[in-house]
Formats: sequence, C-alpha cells, structure tokens
Amino acid sequence: MKTRKYFPIFVLGLVLAGIQQLTQMTGTVYYLTQMTMTTYYALLIIGLCLVMGYAGQISLGHAGFFAIGGYTSAVLTTYDLTPLLNNGNSFISLLSASGLLVSRENLYGEALLSVNPWIACITAIIVTVVIAFLIGIPVLKLKGHYLAMATLGFGIIIFRVVLATEIFGEADGISDVPGFPLFPGIIVNGDFSNRVQNYYIACILLIIGFILLQNLIDSRVGRALRAIHGSEEAANAMGVNTSRYKLYTFVLSAVFAAIAGIFLTHYNGGIGPSEAGIMKSVRYVAIVAIGGMANLWGALIMAALLNFLSLRGMFGSYDDAVFGAILIIIMLFAPHGVLRLPLWHFFKKSSSNT
Amino acid sequence: MTLLDIKNVNKHFGGLQAVSQVSFTVQKGMIKSVIGPNGAGKTTLFNLISGNLPLSSGQIFFDGKAIHGMQPYQIARRGISRTFQNIKLFPGLTALENVMIGRHTRSRAGFIAGMFHFPATRREEDAIREKSFELLQLLEISQYADVDASSLAFGQQRAVEFARALASEPTLLLLDEPAAGLNIYETAEIARLIMKIKSQGITVLLVEHDMSLVMDISDQIVVLSFGQKIAEDIPSSIQQNKEVIQIYLGDADA
Repeated sequence: MKTRKYFPIFVLGLVLAGIQQLTQMTGTVYYLTQMTMTTYYALLIIGLCLVMGYAGQISLGHAGFFAIGGYTSAVLTTYDLTPLLNNGNSFISLLSASGLLVSRENLYGEALLSVNPWIACITAIIVTVVIAFLIGIPVLKLKGHYLAMATLGFGIIIFRVVLATEIFGEADGISDVPGFPLFPGIIVNGDFSNRVQNYYIACILLIIGFILLQNLIDSRVGRALRAIHGSEEAANAMGVNTSRYKLYTFVLSAVFAAIAGIFLTHYNGGIGPSEAGIMKSVRYVAIVAIGGMANLWGALIMAALLNFLSLRGMFGSYDDAVFGAILIIIMLFAPHGVLRLPLWHFFKKSSSNT
Repeated sequence: MTLLDIKNVNKHFGGLQAVSQVSFTVQKGMIKSVIGPNGAGKTTLFNLISGNLPLSSGQIFFDGKAIHGMQPYQIARRGISRTFQNIKLFPGLTALENVMIGRHTRSRAGFIAGMFHFPATRREEDAIREKSFELLQLLEISQYADVDASSLAFGQQRAVEFARALASEPTLLLLDEPAAGLNIYETAEIARLIMKIKSQGITVLLVEHDMSLVMDISDQIVVLSFGQKIAEDIPSSIQQNKEVIQIYLGDADA
C-alpha cells in the first residue's frame, strides 16, 4: 500500500529528470530557467490547494505571503549593516560575533555586511507565520465572499506597502540579492553554470512539499479539513476545533508561499512589487480551480503547465487577461477542474442510452 | 445517577421565547424523549445542549460539570455526541470516512504527525479505521463502507450518522428526530437500533415527533409546548395526560 502511494511521486521525479535530460539533448537548456521558476510557483499553488480545495476556504492574498517571504529575505541579505556596526550597535555586534552575518562584495565591488541567508530564510518564515496568524485569526471568522474580500484587502495592503516603502525599493523592488548556499557546493542562484543544479533543487523542494501535503490530506487532520468543507457545524459537533484547523491550514499554506518566495528571490537575484500584485493572487486561485480544487495533482500539473507557458511569454501582453478568462470558463463549464471533465462519461451515457 | 441536568434554561430569538424556564434531568442509562408539536422548541433545546446555540440564561450540567457557554467541539470532547434532524453527513467522504471523523475526539495526530506519518500515527490511523468499521458492522451497514455517503438511501444515511455519533464513544447520545422522513418499517428499524445502543450502556436523549417510536422505547418523556415544559412522566402516564392530549389533538370542544 505504501509503495502504491509513493509510486506516482516516483514517476513525477522521473518525468522531471527526463525533462532535464530532454533539454540537454535538444540544446534547450535555457528552458530550465522558466521551469525552475514554475516549480517554485507550483509550491505556493499546492499550499493554496490545501486551503481552498480541502479546507474550503478561499484566499485572494497568497501573493502577499509570497512577497512577505521574498522581501524579508531580500532585505536581510542585501541591507548593508556596516554603518550600524561601526556606530557600535550592540545587537549588530552580537550578530556579527556569533557568525550570523556574512560579508561580501556588491555589484560595484564595495564591501557589504548583511545577514546570513539561512538566518534570513528562517526570519522570513517566522515573519510570515506571525503575519498569517494575525491576519488569519480575525479574517477566518468570515465565510464565502466576505473571506474572499478580506483576503483581497490583505493582498492589496501588502502590494501597496511594498510599492511605497523605501527599504523595499518601491517600484524598483530589490535587486542584487545574493545566492542562498543551502549546503557546501549547493547554492540557489541564477548563475548559468548552476542552472541544472537549481532545477533539481526546486524539484526536490516541490516533491518534499507535495509528499508532506499528500500525507496531511491522508490523515486525521486531512479528514477533519474535508469534514469542515462539507459541514462546519457537523464537524464542530464531532469534536473538531474548526476555527483552529482553518487557521493552522491557512498558516501552513502561507509558509509554503513564503518558502516559494524566498527561494525564487534568491534564484532570480531580486524581487519586485509585481510579485505581490493582486493579479498574481487571482492567477494562483485560477490555477487551483483549473486543477479541480480538491485535487493536489491537478493543481500541480496545471501550475506547471500554465506558469511555464506564461513565463515563456505564450500569452503575450494578455497574460492576466488569459488567467481571468480561464477562471470564468472553468467556473462555467468545468467547476471540478479540467482533469475531471467527464468527456468519456458522455460517450458512455450516449452508448448506454441507445 | 444524574448525567445531564438542565436548569431553568431560556432561549429567545429577538422577541420570540423559543425555550422558557425548562428544567429536567436525564439519569444514566435511560432513554429519555422530548416531544411536542412543531415549533415547541425541541430542536432549539437540543442545540442549546450541544452548544450549537448559546443560552439566553440558565445552566446545563453534564456529569456534574457546567457545559453551558462551551463550544460544540468542547462539549463533544466531554462525551456528548449528536445527530442532526436533516442528516449532516460529509459529502464526498465515504460512509467509513464519515464514521472515522467521529473518532476525532478519541485520537490525537495533529498537523506535524499528519505530514510525516510517524509509525505511531499510522498505528492510530489503523485503529481508527478498525473501530469505525466495527461500528458500521454494529449498525449492519458495513457493506456500504466504501460508498460515498451522500449517495446512500436516506435510512442508510441515518444509520451512518448513528455510527458516526457512536464512534466518539459518547456517554450521552443526542438524537434529533431520528425517524424524520422514514417510513414505518424504517422507523421500527431505528427503534431497534436505539435499543441496541442503549444496551451498550449509552444514555440517549431523543427529540421526536413520531409518537409510536417515542412511546415504545422511552423510559421517560418530557413534553414541550410553546417553549415550556408542560409534563414529564413515564410513557403510559403521558398517554393519559389531558394537557398533552389537548396540545396534540386540540380542544375537545374546538
């Protein structure tokens, strides 16, 4: 039974490796850049799938969590602490003495002292968790349209804050974000020489995230979440602390979004305000819907396909319009996602009727 | 021994007094029924006990401890389980999975354990599955274990809901109109199931409209009318009670 459960994931791993080999053979290794980015977006989307499809709560603010993760990490790893250290700031000296700061050269060859990427990453996750709790506690009391609007409001706030704050680079965003050395010799950055390695880092991260979520769905907690989706009142009467479960799920998915944001920021070497934009959140919701809501595989496959096409510029200037249109079409004609379009049911029905 | 003690319970919705100064007790091991015409406040009273509605005033004690003001999930954890008048099974989950939700209060695995599937988590999950299947067998519907609960016949859905309520191993089971929407054969079947549940040592509080069911199986009956308790007695005395006959059949001179 265990092997059957992990078999599709094994196949997924093979497919991902096969894609890499294929680009190698056909001399299209440059595709891997978009694929790596796609994979990080997919990590966010499977997290959102848990909230929307399984717990039945909507979030139109997930680009906000992605941005919180990415920006926190970007600021911490690029902000020059040298002046503070020279001013004798005791906290900074303590950080420096405990080896939590790293010194490097910026683009112009000047010495720069900033926070170690691992510390920045952990801090970014903690910041995300705190904000997700603060937002989630009041907002998850709402249902349906009201929840959608409240999370949309949260997304707008993050977008506007990012756009207006000097430390976040305003409209320019933050650039010159250094690589993230995960282990000696393994670094998350956008160097061409590291392209294959980074593709695999992203794939492994996605597969780990996917396995964790799949396990969760197939557990006591996952069952309780599906129960909440079905009838909150009945789930509560069965002893499920519904508000806590909704909150934890929301926070967990925010962490997935933040991790995606952190890694993609290091990979791209920067982050801009468009990552926090409302249309990004709408896109993520649309992809979960196309995948079939309560369908982790559907969300994963659609996230890979549509994000890749979008990043390759297939939708041109109509990028956002395409995702808006997809959302409308899916809601009208395939509310259970394209993977469950009952095309063959039609054939079966018509043949049995005759 | 008194298991449930309801003291001067009131509930009003705006100007409407749905439940007014109702007091009674439920002794351990008995089947007690609450009857009354439509709109008498039976289901409201039920929702007050299970915590689905807050009390306007009054007190409810379960096993000697106050439970009024608690959330439904907290009350469920103390050993009160319930069914709903308009069956509330979880759609998209199989009959077995529905019953497994009922084991929630008797199991522990949280988010971390769920994500990592530790050996202990897997053992717990197996135990949940096994116990839930036993309950489906007890209620004679184990052949539908893997069927989507929402596609079962009405009577079978009711049985799944019973199994789900029993899965938490409650000390008190609240049944909200278990015979609603069932024909006389299915009602007789439900009566047999309730007696079976009682024989397992579980106390049952029943809200019911169907007189035949109530008279056959109840140890004691409380009669509500317009939110007030007008009688409390054994079934044979209730059947003779003039006031009860009047509210059910109307005035003799009307």
